[in-house]
Amino acid sequence: MPVKTEEMILNMGPQHPSTHGVLRLELLLEGEIIKGVKPHIGYLHRCFEKHAEAMTYPQVIPYVDRLDYLSSMYNEFGYVTAVEKLLGIEVPQRVEYIRVIMGELQRIASHLVAIGTYGADLGAFTPFLFAFRDREKILSLFEITCGARLLYNYIWIGGLSHDLHPDFVRLAREFIPYFRPKIKEMNDLLSYNKIFVERTANVGILPPETAINFGVSGPNLRGSGLKWDLRRNDPYSVYDKFDFNIPVGEGRMGTVGDCWDRYFVRILEMEESLKIIEQALDQLPEGDVTSAIPKRVKPPIGQVYARVENPRGELGYFIISDGSVNPFRVKVRAPSFISLSVMDELCRGHMIADVIAILGSIDIVLGEIDR
Amino acid sequence: MKTTEEIFNLLKEKFGESIIEFKTGVPVEDFIVVNPFEIDKVCTFLRDTDSYQFNNLMNLSGVDDANGKKITGEQGEVKLEGRTFSLFYHLESMSLKQKVTLAVRMPGENPEVSSVSEIWRSADWHEREAFDMFGIKFLNHPDLRRILMPYDWEAGYPLRKDYKNPEFYQGMKVPY
Amino acid sequence: MIYDFLLKLTGSEIAAGFIQSLLPLFVFILPFALIAVLLERKVSAHMQDRLGPMRVGYHGIFQTVADILKLMQKEDIVTDNSDKALFNIAPVLVFTGSYAAFAAIPFSGAFIGSNIDLGLFFIVAVSGLVVAGILMAGWASNNKYTLLGAMRSAAQVISYEIPTILVIITIVMITGTLNLYTLSELQTGHFWNWMIFGGPSTGLIKVAFIPFMIIGFVIIYISTLAEVNRTPFDIPEAESELVSGYHTEYSGMKFAMFFLAEYANMFAVSAIVAAVFFGGYQSPFGYLGNSLGISWFIPIEQFFWFTFKGIFFVLVQMWLRWTLPRLRVDQLMALCWKYLIPIAFVNLLIVGLITVF
Repeated sequence: MPVKTEEMILNMGPQHPSTHGVLRLELLLEGEIIKGVKPHIGYLHRCFEKHAEAMTYPQVIPYVDRLDYLSSMYNEFGYVTAVEKLLGIEVPQRVEYIRVIMGELQRIASHLVAIGTYGADLGAFTPFLFAFRDREKILSLFEITCGARLLYNYIWIGGLSHDLHPDFVRLAREFIPYFRPKIKEMNDLLSYNKIFVERTANVGILPPETAINFGVSGPNLRGSGLKWDLRRNDPYSVYDKFDFNIPVGEGRMGTVGDCWDRYFVRILEMEESLKIIEQALDQLPEGDVTSAIPKRVKPPIGQVYARVENPRGELGYFIISDGSVNPFRVKVRAPSFISLSVMDELCRGHMIADVIAILGSIDIVLGEIDR
Repeated sequence: MKTTEEIFNLLKEKFGESIIEFKTGVPVEDFIVVNPFEIDKVCTFLRDTDSYQFNNLMNLSGVDDANGKKITGEQGEVKLEGRTFSLFYHLESMSLKQKVTLAVRMPGENPEVSSVSEIWRSADWHEREAFDMFGIKFLNHPDLRRILMPYDWEAGYPLRKDYKNPEFYQGMKVPY
Repeated sequence: MIYDFLLKLTGSEIAAGFIQSLLPLFVFILPFALIAVLLERKVSAHMQDRLGPMRVGYHGIFQTVADILKLMQKEDIVTDNSDKALFNIAPVLVFTGSYAAFAAIPFSGAFIGSNIDLGLFFIVAVSGLVVAGILMAGWASNNKYTLLGAMRSAAQVISYEIPTILVIITIVMITGTLNLYTLSELQTGHFWNWMIFGGPSTGLIKVAFIPFMIIGFVIIYISTLAEVNRTPFDIPEAESELVSGYHTEYSGMKFAMFFLAEYANMFAVSAIVAAVFFGGYQSPFGYLGNSLGISWFIPIEQFFWFTFKGIFFVLVQMWLRWTLPRLRVDQLMALCWKYLIPIAFVNLLIVGLITVF
């Protein structure tokens, strides 16, 4: 008589240490092998899009902060880019440079969380705390700029809420030589660790065609070996004035597009962000950062889709204006939302432990997925 | 690189009646309005033809147009007659660096549209979200469930402009 | 010797045996666990640029005491659908398994719980009880995570016992004894008599042994690490995957039992490694008691050296834990079956040949 076997359904989450928030993954298991993954999201749904319809344009900014709470600066950056496009206003150069500096610092901070928690997911707890130690320095820079450490409300439509602190440039310059060796330290501790490579190389391979078809963007897409970065391919703000590389996954430890590549692209990107910050600090023009802020934001009837390269990928805002002071419709194209939909494709045939490795490598933030 | 107008003219030639309108003059974005039941064919064409290569669906967004006329029924219930829903498709060709925006319009009573999730897998979750928020039905969608709202949410589709919060959800009082 | 003393003191064999069997628990394991838990937190904190517990007492030295007080006051939660009997027995069994191993561990020349001839064999056998306890805990909790953790644990502990035993056999072939006391006595004198340096044999054979002894030591250290479920082999309780594995559903004192067993186990395996390869309780430089002519001082020194060696290996375990990521379950099995066991076998064969000649 053949033995009757059954597939087991394991609910990972909503409360689970490695789902990076309240995400529920319904795993269909055969022993430890994954037969399918069904993500259930929405536990953090805060009706952002409905709220936005009841707010005036500037009032939306603090809400935008709370979408992807690890890269609030960049969310604001994306939102104001969209609204400014709709209004058709030019912002002073100094504002653009400061936005870029803040955006890139935010990118480093966000990547540090991604890398650190990835280590923690795989059982190496020390890199996590090392990453958070360095992130603290960036948060302190933000703190002297706008008083907040996580949710800034700093980038406003047409300008910024304040000018930089007089000490900011000096402190930011000090941060760069401090941080460069820390990247190397992280590489020694985690990236090239044999066990870490074993766990991540050849796991969760995302071929470039699949990645494009799923709309995956940002470091996840570049991890698949595609040189696609909106800062270069569809430049916004003043990104065309800087010299930086676009790191892509090369399959150094395994196949192109595996977890290790996605992870390592983030490490390399931090280096590039430092380069951009350095150049932006050198070129930083003088000027008034509040001069272009409109008294009353009332865009003409119309619609716009504007996108920026958020630390997690392509962050798009689709805004429709009906000519009043409230947006008629705000739709956020959240990069993590799209990245998460590829989970099922990546996990099939792997083991439970790999689900953690894959989920960590696509670096999701639930605040942005559930909005 | 083609402008939206050129794409419109070429599509009009190819698909005739199913390409309805070219909207221009609104600030920032022009778009092409397509028949909701032909959108999948148009999209397949746009993706697979060498001169378009729209391989990336950047965004898919549902919109409640809030047009319609208010009609008060016999029992005092308010109905919107002639309202429409729209969907906006933002396509991009990563190889040719061109973008285009498509739109479909659906009647408010029974908003139905062909799914494009077979063409771009990224549309899968976008369409589920549009269904969740606006109640737009996507024909041939593999797994059309609610995505952000609870699966047992019975009070309707929250992003519709005439949506009202329910009094109770599962015995819990909703408005604070 | 302690037993003789106790026998004289109490005049009853039963009382003496009873007291002696409790000695390691109260004199050693509990204080050790207290210190080791604090040590682990402090060591990890300082490795990670933090301070660790700082509030309870000077630099937080009473943190563990506070934790134990907290654990004792906690509600003992038993889930509704669990198998109550197994659920309650499991922590006891796990702790018994790890505590029983202490019976055969020679803490010093004057104190060995039970000087049985099959000492090493007894330890290996009795640690098998732990697996049963873990499986019971995982099954009885009626939770998929605990079940997965328990299955992983059983698979892991059983497979890693094989290389451990193979290395032990290698040692037994050289020394001809399973008695840990005799084994330690064989390695007396100075550190060059330790098994890692070829043991008490002399001449060319001693030199020939050294590389194979080092291989043996590495294998046994890795596999004991896996047996006590420490990183990089903490797969059964991988907190980022299985919440906390087989003891997810336990709380209060039952959880404390698992916790205590873990730390007791950490020391037990370190002690075995020390006893087999690093001279057990023997001092590396000769005894102060000998040179001063105070014979009663020697066992105390021996106890010191034994604890020192044991804690040193515990520290290495901690160091590894806070540095390395975790292996995947199949990689763990591959490491055991594809590398450790074949190498241990070859090692055994070569050492056997050397012994014959």
